[in-house]
Amino acid sequence: MATKMLMPKLSDTMEEGIILKWRKKEGESVKAGEVIADIQSDKADMEQEAYDSGVLLKIFPKEGEGVKVGAPLVIIGKAGEDVTALLSDAPAKAAAPAAAPSAPAASPAPSPAQAPGTRVKASPLAKRIAEENAIDIAAIAGSGPLGRVVKRDVESRLGGAVPSAAPSAAVTASAAPREVPLSMMRKTIAKRLLESKTTIPHFYLTAEVSMKKAMEFRASLNNGGDVKISFNDLVVKAAATALRQNPKANSSFGGDRIIEHGRVDVSIAVAVDEGLITPVLRNADRKGLAQISAETKELAAKARDGKLKPEEFTNGTFTVSNLGMYDVESFAAIINPPEGAILAVGSIRAVPVVENGQVTAGHTMKVTLSCDHRVIDGAVGAQFLQSFKRILENPALLAL
Amino acid sequence: MAILQIREAINQAIAEEMDRDPGVFIMGEEVAQYNGAYKVTQGLWKKYGDKRVIDTPITEAGFAGIGIGAAMAGIGVRPIVEMMTWNFAILAFDQIINHAAKARYMSAGQFKVPIVFRGPNGPAHMLGAQHSQALESMMAHVPGLIVMTPSTPYDAKGMLKSAIRDDNPVIFMESELMYGQKGEVPDGEYLIPVGKGDIKREGTDVTIIAWTKMVAVALKAAAELEKEGISAEVLDPRTLRPLDEELIIASVKKTNRAVIVEDSWPFASVGTEIAHRIHTIAFDHLDAPVEKINGADVPMPYAENLEHEAMPSPEKVIAAVKRVLYR
Repeated sequence: MATKMLMPKLSDTMEEGIILKWRKKEGESVKAGEVIADIQSDKADMEQEAYDSGVLLKIFPKEGEGVKVGAPLVIIGKAGEDVTALLSDAPAKAAAPAAAPSAPAASPAPSPAQAPGTRVKASPLAKRIAEENAIDIAAIAGSGPLGRVVKRDVESRLGGAVPSAAPSAAVTASAAPREVPLSMMRKTIAKRLLESKTTIPHFYLTAEVSMKKAMEFRASLNNGGDVKISFNDLVVKAAATALRQNPKANSSFGGDRIIEHGRVDVSIAVAVDEGLITPVLRNADRKGLAQISAETKELAAKARDGKLKPEEFTNGTFTVSNLGMYDVESFAAIINPPEGAILAVGSIRAVPVVENGQVTAGHTMKVTLSCDHRVIDGAVGAQFLQSFKRILENPALLAL
Repeated sequence: MAILQIREAINQAIAEEMDRDPGVFIMGEEVAQYNGAYKVTQGLWKKYGDKRVIDTPITEAGFAGIGIGAAMAGIGVRPIVEMMTWNFAILAFDQIINHAAKARYMSAGQFKVPIVFRGPNGPAHMLGAQHSQALESMMAHVPGLIVMTPSTPYDAKGMLKSAIRDDNPVIFMESELMYGQKGEVPDGEYLIPVGKGDIKREGTDVTIIAWTKMVAVALKAAAELEKEGISAEVLDPRTLRPLDEELIIASVKKTNRAVIVEDSWPFASVGTEIAHRIHTIAFDHLDAPVEKINGADVPMPYAENLEHEAMPSPEKVIAAVKRVLYR
């Protein structure tokens, strides 16, 4: 029996995908699990596997074409099989930007993320999994009939939450206003950050960290060896260690409960051309600095090339956003939901400090922790910052 | 271990119970001298004689009533009433529903009704509309009756022995097309209790629920689905009333999806009840609505091609499984 394969939802915010390349031609046979196309989602370029084995009887979109989630990609079946019934469903191509909303289609193409106020169609199991993982099911587009959210949709999202945290770069004013259509990533950032800032009660704690010993420590680590540890690596490691010591700061709000994650997966905000993305360094508390450094470099490179897989940029437990390299003294970041906190890291500055009653030359770095007050109270956030500060001011603790 | 046909397994169960309990007797059309229309009672008349293996006239309501009266008499008899087919037993529904099913309740337990009504149920092959009916849903509808539907020689023997020993009326529904089906039957005595289902094949992606003849359809579908990487569990409730709800719910909680396959018409069927219970008890475990594959909602056509179309098939089951898996 021939089956029609639809454009899958490759990230939880994807509404359409662009066919970069077909790896198979019509008439070729494919195996389930075999890559048939490269698809660009709003997050990354991904390899698309066939769900069924058989012959590729029909390819709907051309290379370079944008296809809505749920619109047909291919028909796979037996050679010579009659597929006219499957062809009759009009392939819903991506609407041109600024087009007026079209009349509701008769075909049961899944609707991308459900509009606010409408009833969410989801299987009971999908709802339960979403609730247990503190995921907003309304934000997931369903792949089932009539856009029903089913288990696989939630599970692919359980790759996790998404994006973004840190504020975007300032817009430079130019002579005449220029209108730039929103990219997929821009739309996602707009939606997610608005949701975060308007629904999460943020509060902010700022601490100043003396970086004298951390600078010496880093210099000795980088002295002559192959490794090059950055300050960001030290910050990530210190934050991960502090999270392990303060598990309540490593938590999410789950509607009717608090989820203490246990695992320490640190999202790292990376600026890319279109906006920013937060690849996740898994189990950062259990990794050494060299490994953190190497993995961060790799993730950042993938992020810039649009090659991150969903599981690489979702499901973090805490975010670090560092604008120190832009000489920002300090800033307050927006929480990356469903995480409970984000650490905004400023630059290291040469400042006069008071040591043993004497004013001397020193180096300090300001960090600001944004907390979801539903999960993290002031004292919990402060204790986390104390741990973080103690570690960076005594970097030998990182060896423990 | 002996390899027996289902008819031989049922015959053994009857003979063993007749040996064990002198109150057990069997009656029905052609059960004695002709050895049964489907040879289920082969040799019993010769062995146990006229008093315990009784040929009746073609009067279903009459001999059903005689059996019920004998069971109620409280003199230690346990009648087995053979219906040549369940299509003919429709004549005896007043006796079964109004008397067998009610006597214990209406007498506040003073009368017990230890009786088994047994015979082939469901369509066979080109017997026409009046002789091609799966009536288990009608029987399972009635409080006071136990309904058992075996799918293997092993199950048939162990279940019938429990049915004969039960103090309530048991409707025991076999299949004409399955009497010759062979399977292993252990030599010693064993019982399969009333109300205990069985997993006929383990799986993880979907639970296919089927009984009697439909178990084979489900297993065939499961074998095909395996080739496509879909792991189907096949569950045979064996007793339809009381239903092994625990087994069904546990399986669905594991697989998150269910497809019910039954010979009978779809409207108000046993499958309808099973689907309702799954939706009610395991709602939060379901990833798709429960699917039901039934015989077509028509009197059974005589034409062979139409008859084939009207019955559940592995292809229909496979399609339903793919629907609940969104594949």
